[in-house]
Amino acid sequence: MMANNKTAVVYVRLKDGVLDPQGVTIQKALAQMGYDEFLSVRTGRFFELEISAGATDIDRRVDEVCSKLLANPVVERYRVEKG
Amino acid sequence: MRFGVVTFPGSNCDYDAYAAVRHVLGEDVEFLWHKSSELMGCDVIILPGGFAYGDYLRAGAIARFSPIMREVIAFAQSGGRVIGICNGFQVLTEAGLLPGALMRNAHLRFSCKYVNVRVETANTPFTAVCRKGEVLRVPIAHGEGNYYHFDGDIARLEASGQVVFRYVTADGVAETGANPNGSINNIAGIVNTEGNVLGMMPHPERAVESILGSADGLKVFESLRQTCSSPSPTGNQ
Repeated sequence: MMANNKTAVVYVRLKDGVLDPQGVTIQKALAQMGYDEFLSVRTGRFFELEISAGATDIDRRVDEVCSKLLANPVVERYRVEKG
Repeated sequence: MRFGVVTFPGSNCDYDAYAAVRHVLGEDVEFLWHKSSELMGCDVIILPGGFAYGDYLRAGAIARFSPIMREVIAFAQSGGRVIGICNGFQVLTEAGLLPGALMRNAHLRFSCKYVNVRVETANTPFTAVCRKGEVLRVPIAHGEGNYYHFDGDIARLEASGQVVFRYVTADGVAETGANPNGSINNIAGIVNTEGNVLGMMPHPERAVESILGSADGLKVFESLRQTCSSPSPTGNQ
């Protein structure tokens, strides 16, 4: 990674109330392994975007790619952390 | 009339759809390459099953930004008839042409089998030759066909008659046991509010000859032909 480049980290997860069958299956596996204090598991994705040093209007552009492509706003929500 | 079948990288039911139209229905059909921007004067566009762009990110998420999809979206918005089958349904929801989303199957397994779907309305260009309440036997083959939308939106879909196909038993009963993927209200296929865009998880193009196990899927294509006399946006150029 170039020293002057910036990064943005995007976390995408299902909205509350949307069934997450993978999370349910992981929670059941944990309980079976003896970790029964973990009452629920929600899964998600994370993306690390490297942004060119000269880029402008980054907040808006990152937000745009999140809502257009990285997340499906119908069932998912996202959070951005800038580095 | 002329059908157009879009081929994305990773489509794998495009030849099935092509064969169903050309060899069984007996109508004209063209493949439309994903990088093309030309709908070739087609009257109906089919987005076929498969794994467009490897289903990377989410099924349909990347395909919907293909150059051909700009044309398909404009075609649909001007009243052109579009049918998305399986992966094509996922592309249509990602593109915002149909409401809701297709989530991982509730049991997390890829499901490949024959199912029964009930025709909930014959008042669409995709079901015009069917009877309301008729049960069609068609195959499914998907890992992400679990239709989801929020309660209020589902109620609106149901109230406005946009649910076209529902998973049922062979006797036509919509019960949990007949639901192969966890879809809300056993939904297998929906249309947009205007009624010109259909998305369905089952594969009608794989059930067009009895030797394949069922010819019930042909009714979808016959319906499109029967309703084609109505003017279409591009016409037969």
